[in-house]
Amino acid sequence: MQQTSPLTRAARALAPLAWTGPAVVLIAVVVVWPVVEMIKSSFQKISRFGVVQGPNGMANYTKLFEEPDFPGVMARSVIWVVAVVAVTILLSLGLAQLFNQRFPGRRLARWAMIAPWAASVLMTGIIFKWMLDPEVGLLNVVRRDLGLLDALGSTEADQLGQASTAMPWLIAVAVFVSLPFTTYALLAGLSTIPAEVYEAAKTDGASRLRTYWSITLPLLRPALIVATLINVMNVFNNFPIIWVMTHGQPGYSTATSTIFMFILKGSDIGESAAMSVVNFGMVIVLVAIFLKVSKWKNEVS
Amino acid sequence: MTATATPPVAAPTRAASAGPARRLPRTRTVVIAAAAYLIAFLFLFPYLVMILTALRPQKELREPSYLPTEFAWENFVNFWSGGLSGNLLVTLQVAAGSTILVLLVAMPAAYYTARHRFRGRTAFLILVLVTQMFQPTAMLVGIYREFSQLGLVDSIWSLILVNGGFNLAFAVWILNAYFGSIPRELEEAAFIDGTGRFGALFRITLPLAAPGVVTALIFTFIAAWNEFVVALTLTTSPEQQPLTVRLNSFIGQYQVDWQNLFAGSVIATVPVIILFALIERKVVSGLTAGSIK
Repeated sequence: MQQTSPLTRAARALAPLAWTGPAVVLIAVVVVWPVVEMIKSSFQKISRFGVVQGPNGMANYTKLFEEPDFPGVMARSVIWVVAVVAVTILLSLGLAQLFNQRFPGRRLARWAMIAPWAASVLMTGIIFKWMLDPEVGLLNVVRRDLGLLDALGSTEADQLGQASTAMPWLIAVAVFVSLPFTTYALLAGLSTIPAEVYEAAKTDGASRLRTYWSITLPLLRPALIVATLINVMNVFNNFPIIWVMTHGQPGYSTATSTIFMFILKGSDIGESAAMSVVNFGMVIVLVAIFLKVSKWKNEVS
Repeated sequence: MTATATPPVAAPTRAASAGPARRLPRTRTVVIAAAAYLIAFLFLFPYLVMILTALRPQKELREPSYLPTEFAWENFVNFWSGGLSGNLLVTLQVAAGSTILVLLVAMPAAYYTARHRFRGRTAFLILVLVTQMFQPTAMLVGIYREFSQLGLVDSIWSLILVNGGFNLAFAVWILNAYFGSIPRELEEAAFIDGTGRFGALFRITLPLAAPGVVTALIFTFIAAWNEFVVALTLTTSPEQQPLTVRLNSFIGQYQVDWQNLFAGSVIATVPVIILFALIERKVVSGLTAGSIK
C-alpha cells in the first residue's frame, strides 16, 4: 500500500491511547485510586477528622477483628447475601416462566414489573419503612383489621425495632428490588432456547415438569449463573435498604459488613478502612469467580 | 407457497375434531393473565402507596386510614417552595453531568475497540469488565479519603466523577455491541464518497448506533439520579446534597417532615420509572454483556 512516514506510524501507534485513554484515566481516578487510598489508610492511624497521625501497622485490623460485634456482622453478611440471592433466584424462575407465556397485555405487565428496578432502592426502602410504621403503617393497619395485631403502636407492631422481625423484612425488601433484573435476565435466557427443542420433547411425550427439569433448566444455566453473580455483587453492596430502614439497629443486630464499615467511619477511619479492605477482598473473590465462569473471552476476541 | 397454504386447510379440521378441548387453553390463558396482572400490581403497589401518601392532607398523615379523604396537590407546591428544589437541582446537575462525562469517554473507547484490533485491547476490555463488577460501596473509605485530599468534598464535581466512573462499563459494553454490529463497509463507502473519516463517523455510524447511545444515556442518567451512598459520604451541607441524601436525612429525626419526604420521593421516583420503561428491553444485554454468549 502507501509509504508510511515515521510520523504517521507513531500517530498510528498512539491512536488506541487517544481513543481509549480518557476511559482509562477515568477508571484510574475513580476506581483504582480509591482502592490504593483505602489500603493505605487501613495501615494508618487516622483521627476522626481525617488527620493522618502516622503508621499503625496491623493495629487497625487487630482492633477490627477483636470488635465484639465483628463475628456477628460477618455471619450476617453471608446470611444476607445467601438468603436474598437464593430467594430471588427461586422466585424469578417462577416469574420468568409466567411472563414468558403468551397472554394479552403481557408487555404492560412486564413493564409494571420494572418499577422496583428503576426506582432508587433508597426510595423503596423509605416507602417500606413507612408501610411498616408502628402507628400508621399500612401493613400494620391491615394486620390489625385482619385481627393479627392487637393494637397499633405496640411493640408487636414495631417490626423493624426487633432483630427477629427486622431482618426478614430487610431480606424481603432486598428480594423485591432484585426480582425485576433477575426475571428479565432469565427471560432473556428463555428466549434463546429454540422452540424445536420443546417440540422434540413434546413428541417424545415428556411431561411439563420433566421438560422443565431436563431441558429448560440446563439450557438456562448460563443466564442463571450470570444473574446469580450479578445479584450476589449487588446484594453484598446493598447498603441503602438497611441504612434507611434500620441503620443496622437495634444494636448491630441488622448490620452487614458495609453498614458496619460506614458506622466505623464516624469513629475510626483507619479501622473503617480495614473493614473496607476485608469487604473489598470478598468482592475480588467474587469478581474472580465471575471472570472464570463468564465467557468473556468470546466477547473480547 | 405450499407451506403457507397448508394451515388454513388444516386448522378447521383440527378445531372441529378437538371440539371441547379447545376451551382448555382459553382458561389457562385467563389464569395466567390474572396471575401476571396480580403480580404486576404487587410490583407497583409500594409506589402507589408512595403517591397516595404524598397526596394526603397534612392533618391526615398520622391517621391510620387506608385512603385520604381528599387529595392535597398543594403538597407538591410546598415541596418546591420548602427549600428542596435546590436539592432536586443538585440531583439533576449530577445526573446530567455524569451522563455527559460517560458518553464523552465511552463513545470513543467503544468505537475504537469495536473497529480495531490493537495491543492492550483485551487488557482494556477486561479492565472495563472488572469495574462493572465493582461498586463504590465496598471502597467508600478510599473514595472519601481521595476526595477529601483533593478538596472536593461537598462538590458536585466529585459526584459527577464517581458516578461517571462506575457507570462507564455499561456504556462501553452496550456501545461496543452497537458499533460492532454496523458494517464497516457502510462507513468506508461514505469515506470514499468524500465525507472524510469523521464525517463518515458522524453521518453514518453515530445515527445507526443511536439506540445504543440512548440506552447508555438513560441508564447512566438513572443510575446517577438514584445514587445514594457516595453522595451520603461526600456531601455534608444540606444544600449541596442530592435529593436522595436530603430525603434520607428527614428520617430518624423525631420531627419528621413526612409531607415533603413523600412529595420528594414521588418526584425522585416517577420520572426514572418512566425513563427506564423506554430502555427496559436493552438493559439486560448491557448488564450481562461479556458473560452470556
